Amino acid sequence: MDDLLNVSGVSNDDSDEEHLTAAQVLEKLEQAWMNERLSPNLMECKSQIVEIMLEQIEEMEANIQRAQKGDLKISLHRLELDRIRYVVSSYLRCRLEKIEKFAPILLEREKSKSDDEPSKLSPEEFAFAKELVGNVDNHFKSSALKHMPRNLQNIALHEITSRPNLDHYVFLRVHQREEGVIVDPETDDHAEDRVDLEVGAQHLMRYQPIEQLVENGAVSLI
Amino acid sequence: MFGEKALDLIRELHRSRDGTLGPYNEDVVRQILEEMQILYEANQEDVAQVVQNDSDQSSLTAIQVRHDSLQRNKRCLLAYLYNRLMKIRDMRWEFGSVLPPDIRRNMSEREVQWFSNYNRSLSSYMRSIGPRGLDLTQDLKPPQNVFIEVRCVEDRGEIELDDGSRILLKKNSMHFLPRSQCERLIRQGILKQVA
Repeated sequence: MDDLLNVSGVSNDDSDEEHLTAAQVLEKLEQAWMNERLSPNLMECKSQIVEIMLEQIEEMEANIQRAQKGDLKISLHRLELDRIRYVVSSYLRCRLEKIEKFAPILLEREKSKSDDEPSKLSPEEFAFAKELVGNVDNHFKSSALKHMPRNLQNIALHEITSRPNLDHYVFLRVHQREEGVIVDPETDDHAEDRVDLEVGAQHLMRYQPIEQLVENGAVSLI
Repeated sequence: MFGEKALDLIRELHRSRDGTLGPYNEDVVRQILEEMQILYEANQEDVAQVVQNDSDQSSLTAIQVRHDSLQRNKRCLLAYLYNRLMKIRDMRWEFGSVLPPDIRRNMSEREVQWFSNYNRSLSSYMRSIGPRGLDLTQDLKPPQNVFIEVRCVEDRGEIELDDGSRILLKKNSMHFLPRSQCERLIRQGILKQVA
């Protein structure tokens, strides 16, 4: 029964590789969820966190099953579980929406990137994106393109799908001090466009210059 | 005027309300494709003439106009197809893997094919998440309460809940059920949440 009380709090089992408590995993997940929902571009997939969280959910569900019926705590735990599951689903759903929207572009990037660059898609998401693009392509071909004059039958999906708007402005909060972030790399005079990001400060900035900072956790979107 | 019919298709898309799918306009699609064929052939002829007779540049403008019309037709047609696919995709999330017959009737044969392919990719993706898979079409709204009060809108017979108890869904009966169990039934319009 004691274990049950740890639904949202610290769990004494530290089975995960990073030695995080359940609460820390949840915090990381929520962070990733917020970032994903607020960023215009697809971010790296936190599959490990999702995996750990889902295992936790499974465990907690088993605990609830074992608990006595009619216990008041059960419904509280169940609500907590529902909430966590909502965050996981919403996180993955949000990613899926972006993947569906930008699939051809994402696949093109996977193809052209160097090997040491991390992939933004998990292997499962990659498979999904690939099937989706193949499907859409097929549909275009069989429904219209193959009936068109020969010189018009080709299309490159990654050239005609809309791209994520990296100039989108985002609110962000700083966790690690960063000096001299170039706000507008396109201008020649960099000296005027540098900002120092102090810990705890909040900014409204273009997404593109800070994309990498969000990815490595130095700042988070709010 | 060239391209007029293609514009009609786009207008038709634009007019249809969010979340509804109009009938697939096979006729207009075919007419556009025919128009493209005519434009293409006319261009072939003129191009051949220009190649034969260098000094005669009078048809260049016509070729350009036809070429642009062809591109425009292609673009509109693909936009029409793509936007329909996205609507069909939304239906998958709303209604689940089996579409109501009245929506199915408005889809072309190839769209039905696309839908079942999409369905397959999506379910194999969802099965791959976590140890036992995760149905992402559930938990669409942040949960407020474990139990919610629902009223039954149509007769549905008996259903079994996760904990093994059975309830009878009779028209106008009221139930107090776990939210996770009735979310889908609410979206299908079988249950209605009260308060």
